[in-house]
Amino acid sequence: MTRTLSAVVIPLVMVIIIGYGLYRRVNIFDAFLAGGTAGMKSLFGILPTLVGLIVAISLFRASGALSFITHLLAPVTEALSIPAPLLPLGILRPISGSGSLALVNDIFKEMGPDSLVGRMASVIMGSTETTFYTLAVYYGAVSVEKSRHTVPAALLADATGFLAGVYLCTLIYGT
Amino acid sequence: MMSYVWGGMILLSVVFGSLGGKAELLSKTVMESAQNAVVMSFELLGMMCFWSGLLEIARRAELTEKLARLIRPLTKRIFPGLSPESPAMAAIVMNMTANFLGLSNAATPLGLVAMKELDKLNPDKGRATDEMCMFVVINTASISLLPTTLLTLRAAAGSEDPFGIILPVWICSVSALLVGVMAAKWMARKGRGRTR
Repeated sequence: MTRTLSAVVIPLVMVIIIGYGLYRRVNIFDAFLAGGTAGMKSLFGILPTLVGLIVAISLFRASGALSFITHLLAPVTEALSIPAPLLPLGILRPISGSGSLALVNDIFKEMGPDSLVGRMASVIMGSTETTFYTLAVYYGAVSVEKSRHTVPAALLADATGFLAGVYLCTLIYGT
Repeated sequence: MMSYVWGGMILLSVVFGSLGGKAELLSKTVMESAQNAVVMSFELLGMMCFWSGLLEIARRAELTEKLARLIRPLTKRIFPGLSPESPAMAAIVMNMTANFLGLSNAATPLGLVAMKELDKLNPDKGRATDEMCMFVVINTASISLLPTTLLTLRAAAGSEDPFGIILPVWICSVSALLVGVMAAKWMARKGRGRTR
């Protein structure tokens, strides 16, 4: 069921957007090209960030530093039944979007996107945001310094997304 | 912030690697992973282009405005302190819709407009209002119809079922959003009780 539902989402969204665009008499191919150019530019814009972070993460793993840290934190993660490779993702996710994307890519390369951990990483990545970045941009724009309960509430939401991702995937895909 | 995280990771890796006698492996890793980053970007490029193009059609066809009308009953409940006709509410609704569609380039400017409008209603400048906290918390949750970058990354990594994670993603992001909204409501009420 999940599979068929997921498979029809993209075609359905395409039909709705293109159909509605034609109905509203938008020059849809023009719009498509303009949007595509912007998308391409934004990807090239983050390319240096990705290179920097992917190199750093790969070094961190290859040198053994990552396994040392996950080893140190093993009692915590085991108590919550969180797979150790997901821990760096949980820490980096609220801080850096492209950094966590690089981590997810690393997990895919190491364990495969369809492994249990790969699926967990996908769900966590998809259901959380770069909290501190958003906070800085939005409050910075109106020069608010006292953010009151924003950080605890937002981090609570992130933690929910993370744990829900781990447990839901265990429930659906775990053996 | 990122400078320390990034710099720390590299320095720590070199120290660890050298202690473990892996200097050669480190050099190899630098070259390979820099190349991997470029390969990954190119794997994402096609879908990024295609999807951004489709979303630009949605934006020009004013699909955002259409959807915004649908979620209005929901926003009225989340922001009871705001008049439904206020410019702040209009910007909030549009921002949430743009986020839902994955139009992040449109969502951020709309969100900034919403923050500016909310700040006009702020009696104590420099201190966030309940509405601001709620709005930022909603924006730090990720509710989007299609996490395209993620789907593409999965496909590029050779997944046999790249879309399979969509339903769990929806369930988890809605749970995270609910917890965030409830926590913000609760903490706002608690905070008011203390100042009185």
